Amino acid sequence: MTIGLGHYLTVAAILFVFGVLGIFLNRKNVIIILMSVELMLLAVNINLVAFSTYLQDMVGQVFAMFVLTVAAAEAAIGLAILVVYFRGRGSIAVEDINQMKG
Amino acid sequence: MTGDIPSLVPVMPEIMLAIGAMVLLMLGVFQGDKSYGQVSNLSILLLVAAATVLVTKVGGERQLTFGGMFVTDSFAVFTKILVLTGSVIAILMSGNFMKQHKIAKFEYPILILMATLGMMVMISSNNMMTLYVGLELQSLSLYVLAAMNRDRTRSTEAGLKYFVLGALSSGMLLYGVSLVYGFAGTVDFDLLASSLKGQESTSMGVVVGMVFLMAGLAFKISAVPFHMWTPDVYEGSPTPVTAFFAAAPKVAALALLVRVLFGAFPGMIQEWQQVIVFISVASMLVGAFIALVQTNIKRLMAYSSIGHVGYALVGLAAGTQAGIEALLIYLAIYLTMTLGTFGAILCMRRSNGMVEDISDLSGLSQSNLPLAIGIAIFMFSLAGIPLLAGFWGKWYVFLAAVEAGLVPLAIVGVLTSVVGAFYYIRIIKVMFFDDPAPAFEGGQGNGISFVIGVSALINSPVSYFILIAPLVSAAGWAAQSLLF
Repeated sequence: MTIGLGHYLTVAAILFVFGVLGIFLNRKNVIIILMSVELMLLAVNINLVAFSTYLQDMVGQVFAMFVLTVAAAEAAIGLAILVVYFRGRGSIAVEDINQMKG
Repeated sequence: MTGDIPSLVPVMPEIMLAIGAMVLLMLGVFQGDKSYGQVSNLSILLLVAAATVLVTKVGGERQLTFGGMFVTDSFAVFTKILVLTGSVIAILMSGNFMKQHKIAKFEYPILILMATLGMMVMISSNNMMTLYVGLELQSLSLYVLAAMNRDRTRSTEAGLKYFVLGALSSGMLLYGVSLVYGFAGTVDFDLLASSLKGQESTSMGVVVGMVFLMAGLAFKISAVPFHMWTPDVYEGSPTPVTAFFAAAPKVAALALLVRVLFGAFPGMIQEWQQVIVFISVASMLVGAFIALVQTNIKRLMAYSSIGHVGYALVGLAAGTQAGIEALLIYLAIYLTMTLGTFGAILCMRRSNGMVEDISDLSGLSQSNLPLAIGIAIFMFSLAGIPLLAGFWGKWYVFLAAVEAGLVPLAIVGVLTSVVGAFYYIRIIKVMFFDDPAPAFEGGQGNGISFVIGVSALINSPVSYFILIAPLVSAAGWAAQSLLF
């Protein structure tokens, strides 16, 4: 069996769904949310690179590089906000993030 | 694509902002936090200079650069002017608040500059890559701005919530972009438009990708059902930051939505029109009904802004040139209403700090009549009472919807306006007819008084004779560049 575009897309879709579920179902820790966000972005990268090979077009790979760069910046800012939050609140449990209703 | 140096004239305002922001960052680093005043004055100067270059050097003619990834046209000029105005006013209103809360850090105006740069790139994007990078530059700056008051857990909580949901929306947007790329074979808006136009039936992958993309953007404009972050972020962020959130990023994200739908997917109007109609109706309903039970004025403004996004989307749902024109008129008027209201909220200060409850406004007409009149004008205008500016905004979007055959949408809009009028007018009743609460402390500075005064004038019935006609012709000029 050869591994074709469909397989890559399936893996990416599964990873993406795991990422989304990780954000919504996780009740424990904000760090896990950050990891889930990374997972979503990496799923997108798999998609982009797979399509890039399939279409014989470099744009997808260039786009993947941009996504990687921005994901790094995003993780840095997310962790920085998390550190500041922890300093004030003393906890990063998801259920403790409830000072404002909603 | 050739190896030539791309033409830099269309990107001049953006380059100015980027270099200027970095220079100001150096200035701030070397001078420390006492440089807040200087850096914010220079930032305002820089934004005004960028607007001047935008109008005089770039102009409204359609120009492409960077291999077609960046576009300027009259639509971009119009919306960029709105964004720059919003940013200037946000910095102008912040000074005293930041000093009183001991968060007068030089990073604040620089983050606003960076966010503005991101918004301008978004507005001018003609390629999914430009869209993504601009959107992230804006969003990342906004996350930090929300958490600006880092010793207050509400502010950091707002930043955290905004970050998590913003990152989720970016992920959805990107997943949509990757699907569009794979199934249409390109990420360039012009190529997408031409490749999608000829086809009889669009590939399912492109439709799914476009819906993901729209969901991601709906987060950014806080349209229902992707609005859950809005009330918390608006309530928790420092008030000048909330004022900024409610104004410039909304305009930029709506402009981006228009740009994507008309630039890349004009041939798929049947598919996206349904989605826009749905989120428009849902936003109007949530904005009208949930705001009824709010007691915190910043939360109230959050639901109000959700409702106003719904009204603006009515213009987009029409999918015609008149609809885009109406959307742009609406955005310009919304900008003045919302900035004026937040200017007034920034005046709600007693000796023990800022107050944010609607009940704190009671009897304001006896202690501070000019402020009460200002707020009354904004509330009437937000409610869309005839002859005030907000009415004309709604008038044009509903007119466009009716002309495009979307009569039910216009009817929902009118009905939710009536419901919405209830809570706006309740504030006026509290201010004029309730027993007076202790007076507010003055001393919010001339910047805020100026903003409140000018936006109250713009929203007052007087302005109909002076401002509406030029605004309509400017919006018409901007809208024509999108349809071909």
